[in-house]
Amino acid sequence: MNGKPASVQRMHDDATIPPRNTLIAIATEETSMQDDPATPESAASPAEVALDPGTLQLGINGKPYFHRGDPSMPLLWYLRDTLRLTGTKYGCGIGACGACTVLIDGKAAHACETPMLAAAGRQVTTIEGLQGEVLHPVQQAWIEEDVVNCGFCQAGQIMAAVDLLQRKPAPVESDLTAIGNLCRCGSYPRIRRAILRAAELIRTSNR
Amino acid sequence: MSGGVDESRRRFLHVGLCASGALLVGFGHARAQSLPLAPELIGDDLTQLSPFVLIERDNRVVIGARGCETGQGVITSLPMLIAEELDVDWSRVRVTQLPYGYIENNGQPGNRYGNQSSDGHRTIPLAWKELREAGAATRALLVAAAARVWSLPAAELQTASGHVVAADGRRLRYGTLARTAASLPAPVTPRALKDPDAFHIIGKPTRTTDAHNIVTGRTRYGSDEYLSGMLFAVILRCPTLGGALESCDESAARKVVGVRDIVRIEGNSADAALDGPLAAGIAVIADNTWAAIEGRRALVPAWTPGPWPEESTALLSARAHALLDAGTDGISVHSEGDMPGSRRRARLKLNARYEVPFLAHAPMETPGALIEIRQDSALLIASLQDPDGASRIISEMTGLPRTVLEIRLPRSGGSFGRRLRNDFVAEAVLVAKASAKPVKLLWLREDDIAHDFYRPFGVHALAATLDRNNRVAGWSHRCAATPRNNRNAAIADDPIWKGCMQPDDFPTGLVAHLEKTFFALESGMPRDGWQAPMPAFDAFAVQCFIDEIAFATRRDPVQLRLEMLGEPRELANAPDASTAFDTARMAQVLRVCAEKIRWSSRRTDGHGLGIACHYTSGGYVAHAFEIAMQGEKLKIHRAVCVVDVGRVINPLGLEAQLIGGTIDGISSALNLAITVKDGRVQQRNFPDYRLLPMAQAPAAVEVHAIESSRDPVDADELGIASVAPALANAIFATTTVRIRKLPLMPELLRML
Repeated sequence: MNGKPASVQRMHDDATIPPRNTLIAIATEETSMQDDPATPESAASPAEVALDPGTLQLGINGKPYFHRGDPSMPLLWYLRDTLRLTGTKYGCGIGACGACTVLIDGKAAHACETPMLAAAGRQVTTIEGLQGEVLHPVQQAWIEEDVVNCGFCQAGQIMAAVDLLQRKPAPVESDLTAIGNLCRCGSYPRIRRAILRAAELIRTSNR
Repeated sequence: MSGGVDESRRRFLHVGLCASGALLVGFGHARAQSLPLAPELIGDDLTQLSPFVLIERDNRVVIGARGCETGQGVITSLPMLIAEELDVDWSRVRVTQLPYGYIENNGQPGNRYGNQSSDGHRTIPLAWKELREAGAATRALLVAAAARVWSLPAAELQTASGHVVAADGRRLRYGTLARTAASLPAPVTPRALKDPDAFHIIGKPTRTTDAHNIVTGRTRYGSDEYLSGMLFAVILRCPTLGGALESCDESAARKVVGVRDIVRIEGNSADAALDGPLAAGIAVIADNTWAAIEGRRALVPAWTPGPWPEESTALLSARAHALLDAGTDGISVHSEGDMPGSRRRARLKLNARYEVPFLAHAPMETPGALIEIRQDSALLIASLQDPDGASRIISEMTGLPRTVLEIRLPRSGGSFGRRLRNDFVAEAVLVAKASAKPVKLLWLREDDIAHDFYRPFGVHALAATLDRNNRVAGWSHRCAATPRNNRNAAIADDPIWKGCMQPDDFPTGLVAHLEKTFFALESGMPRDGWQAPMPAFDAFAVQCFIDEIAFATRRDPVQLRLEMLGEPRELANAPDASTAFDTARMAQVLRVCAEKIRWSSRRTDGHGLGIACHYTSGGYVAHAFEIAMQGEKLKIHRAVCVVDVGRVINPLGLEAQLIGGTIDGISSALNLAITVKDGRVQQRNFPDYRLLPMAQAPAAVEVHAIESSRDPVDADELGIASVAPALANAIFATTTVRIRKLPLMPELLRML
């Protein structure tokens, strides 16, 4: 499909599995019922221990996490069920709709098709981690153009737009239509306007 | 909510539905359910003045949104109505979603917030009356409080921007008055509503109120909720229509790490109503979603086929044509004048048949439900469209009275009519009862596409007789379709044709001789309403046929439509609405649409224009497209949508609904169909149910709303029905190929 975000296949190819036996900070055993599930494992307090074989380390929104469960579990369900970062949505499970789009090492990827093994050693950015002190210009543009109808696909749309604008700061028609994320509500005309507005916001802020 | 106010001194706007269905707005002592508060507001000093309004001492206002927000914008538009009459600045308003407000009045079911279902045609008309009155009544309390403080007659006081203002210029903030207001006796008579000339919120472009939470990923949709100690479930459903589970080897599934239990779900017998689970299935209950999915993948089931093992779209189509050919067994839906006589006298007779497919709703957020059933109560958190139905189902299945069921109404990832059925709630109840824990059921996309209540399949046979002046004298519309009314207890008493034909739809009242006949096509496919259930089912046939008549008689399609609409007048009994069908309003949207697309200008660029109009639930719509063929690709250069919805509450929201409806219309018209073969649905996921991607969508949809002071109507379904015929008419203008079967693209590529 045209404009599909960086495919998982490619990520497998150049995936760097974290080196075993590396001494790193590690925290308590991961459970799916943590009281505050989105809290990263603290890098400060726990003792430095050897990483268990089979433990996968990855960065999510700038913080380290460790996964000791099924390495074939897609990143989508780790984000949602384990970390409760529910901004990333399930839409199709086969990388056809883009509702689960996140950034992996800065590039758009489908979390539903990215096994934890392939995410290991990488930096993941979800919609929750996009803003800094203020909203990301793409988020800002999404509000200003009032893009949302039901809103369910919009986190994925926003992540796809962030990816596009990183590659193409001044996107042309073919760049916009290369985005394959589906919107069942049909908000495409406003998505287009919002991407162009975000490009403008980024340009003016860089001036 | 706090503030140390004595609960007993509060008076609450008491809203409930009386037996006749009319809304009672009055003040009673009934303890209204407190508004749920956004976390950032908890601890603030808020006073509740009505089920819909909280006011803080610093004059911030919290307004409760009562509707099910599925993307139609009611979380913004409904609170706007309250805020307008309350007379506060929208910038000071914070909106919070209300839960389901079930109450019983003398044993009769009611709702403290009024209508909370979103059925596509009642939401705005009801809210327009009730919520403005609720806002006005709350404002009256604040005025009465100020009158007491100043010892002035209330009649001498006015309000502006969240303040009560005296004639001498003194002002008091609502926030200052809130506690006094909460202790006052309630006004008994409805308050006078604002003169529309004074509106400062209604009619102003207003952005989605919770957009910030959505773009930052903070909004919790139904599927985003979790409960302590909960389990996760997915269900493998029988792939054949009405089939049953014969046996299942669960051994591998039970070995999947994280799988807790496997539960069998009974299907429905072939003649039972589809009010519970839609299909027989096997639920896998696990510690997380992925384990449940993996467990499901490891199941080895053996299914027995249901009573429709032969069912296929090809057979349905053949049977529909055979029924229409035979012409017997039809049920008369409506007739006027003397159609047989008109046939004998006709100078010209025209006939054409049009086929429309099953369609799936495919909301972006698949169905699902999180439910906790306790000894004496239950909690449901799910993306819903009909919480009344969910409440009834849970009560029936658990034996718990409806008054102890808490139902939260998170934002839904679309619905399009899918969530008018609560089969997924019934499934969740079964799984939760079996596991004795809170359970979140998730439908995978494959479940959603292959197990839906589909928009009916049908063949429309249209015939027209023309007199010597080429005027349309007679009109025959015969439809053979799988009735929408099937195995549904809620509408079992409705006529079988309802949902596929309308007695008073266009051109009833506009031609001298008319007959509408329905032929029921038996099918095992579950059916129900899709977007704009009725108009989107027949507008393609009716509005294409008018173009065919125009072509056959060498007339302009716009002129022919205007001629058929005739003199400006109101026809009684407009379909699906209490209002009359106004030929002048229909003619106006058509004329404006023709003007915007530059209908009359001669083209030399090979682009073709197509136009169509339709009446949907009280609203008038016309669509026009300018298209061109680029090889095998259809390029939409311009899309114009003109509507008359009465007064526009939120222009930005209305535009969003019509852009969305138009694109949904394009998506379904060009590419979408659900087909059945050997008793099973053939599509599984988006690759074979190809929603329109951005690349195929027009860059813009030019939306124009006719200025009007009439009462507003719902707009969420409005933008769909006239799209398919306008596109088909544009394809004819561009290629001279007349397509009479949806979806258009496969037919076009076959015929080019």
